[in-house]
Amino acid sequence: MTAQDTQLLEATIDELKHLFSPRAQTGETMVLNMGPQHPSTHGVLRLIVELDGEIIVNAVPDIGYLHTGIEKNMEAKTFTKALVMTDRLDYLNNMGNNLAYCLAVEKLMGVEVPERAQVIRVILAELQRIASHLVWLGTHANDLAVQSMLFYCVRDREYILNIFELIAGQRMMTSFMRPGGLWRDVPAGFEEAVRAFLDYLPARLDDYERLTKNNPIWLDRTKGIGVIDGPTALAMGLTGGSLRGSGVNWDIRKAMPYSGYEQYQFDVPLGSAGDVYDRYWVRMLELRQSLRLVDQALAKLKRLGPGPVITADRKVAPPPRAEIGVSMEALIHHFKFWTEGFPAPAGEVYVATESPRGELGVFLRGNGGPKPHRVHFRTPSFINLQSTSLMSKDHYIADVVAIVGSIDIVLGDVDR
Amino acid sequence: MGLEQKLGNLGVVTTTLEQAVNWGRTGSMWPMLFGLACCAIEMISTIGAPQNDLSRFGMELMRASPRQSDLMIVAGRVTRKMAPVLRRLYDQMPDPKWVVAMGDCASCGGIFNNYAIVQGVDEVVPVDVYVAGCPPRPEALIHGLLTLHAKVKQEKLVKWA
Repeated sequence: MTAQDTQLLEATIDELKHLFSPRAQTGETMVLNMGPQHPSTHGVLRLIVELDGEIIVNAVPDIGYLHTGIEKNMEAKTFTKALVMTDRLDYLNNMGNNLAYCLAVEKLMGVEVPERAQVIRVILAELQRIASHLVWLGTHANDLAVQSMLFYCVRDREYILNIFELIAGQRMMTSFMRPGGLWRDVPAGFEEAVRAFLDYLPARLDDYERLTKNNPIWLDRTKGIGVIDGPTALAMGLTGGSLRGSGVNWDIRKAMPYSGYEQYQFDVPLGSAGDVYDRYWVRMLELRQSLRLVDQALAKLKRLGPGPVITADRKVAPPPRAEIGVSMEALIHHFKFWTEGFPAPAGEVYVATESPRGELGVFLRGNGGPKPHRVHFRTPSFINLQSTSLMSKDHYIADVVAIVGSIDIVLGDVDR
Repeated sequence: MGLEQKLGNLGVVTTTLEQAVNWGRTGSMWPMLFGLACCAIEMISTIGAPQNDLSRFGMELMRASPRQSDLMIVAGRVTRKMAPVLRRLYDQMPDPKWVVAMGDCASCGGIFNNYAIVQGVDEVVPVDVYVAGCPPRPEALIHGLLTLHAKVKQEKLVKWA
């Protein structure tokens, strides 16, 4: 690295002056670094906090400690192989990332997904939402000194991971959804395993509500903290539970349904005050709605019976394993499919899905070749994070962990 | 445990100081509460979930401060922006200290061979045990930690003197 490069990377004091009030330069207020190694920043987020005593004057998030170059890496891979990168974006929403990316590829290629695959996708995406919300609840409560919640929530998440392991052989990075459908059909015992989980969780959720909602310390730490009203939340680009906590009725699953979400009955829980408590309560209710969705989708899966789980369009789907042994053409096709990939038409698509954190959008641009020309993820955490400074202004320093926890950021999702 | 077995009726234990110290070090190793990416979630599962329960090995107490910890589990991909911070955390840990590289990214860069990711945390800090997997399952991490315990039990006192 030359000296000139170093100069480009390092900011001078003058360039950073606008982040703080003039009072910081006279020493009247204190500038404090929180992170990147901090137990309550949910990863490697660094918050540069300007303090007047214990009151926050300004909080500036410094991101990029987990920048992985995923979008650039995907440009070097075929459409099918780029899928494995999406798992590692938002590592609490692996199935949801797969789903968003697959929907974008399918839209670009103009491929129809079989109904059975769509129903299984909904089940998996909702289970993933429950798993993600459980981790959020556990870590958020842990930050606010309800430490036992973390152990309970992680325990329940293990049951979902066991289901994922049952179907895909991996606990987290499953890459189970593929462009055009699913990798394979769910094995025997899947429905029983999901049904058992549906029977198990509601009583646990009652417990968690009792542990938090009736806890005066919890209420003190969350009510009236980090308030953001509906119009401001919209202006800041908030989505997901953080937006609905401010009372704005916006859920992509209702507004722009995908994968057959319009066929299911579910409510969109809304808050009113827009504080940490409302965002917490909206997510608690969303857990129940996700259980409802999984329940309906399971019933629908049973009604549908067996069927194909990946599109019959052999341009996008590899030939079935059984054919490879008997057909030379299928073997050649299989080889070409995995080495060369399939060419996608030139064009741009944007697909939005509702991830546990908000609107997860995928922008995909094909240029006629087998690799994406550009992939961009509109990740909810990245855009939600910018509200932190607005929410935490004029609160105590101890409330920052409550606010950061309540917008449910994942640093892999922020930095990509 | 070896010590209890050697307790006779005389109330006398004979062992070497090295063995006694290493036994103590493996029995209460405090990891640093420090996660980087996906592997950190599996690390939480390993420590928090009752199914795995790391406290069986005296390790459930994670310290947020490097000054109070003697084991760094590098859980996740190390970016070029994070590498100096990681090294600084390592330097702040008091001796004796050990490092476990958890997962493929921390071991060798994993699937991310690009401009942003350090190709293995061993470019920044000395690593004692590598745990493979993307991410490693909790059992794999526990196996890695037990491997570290076995390694620590072989150590000579003079190493940290």
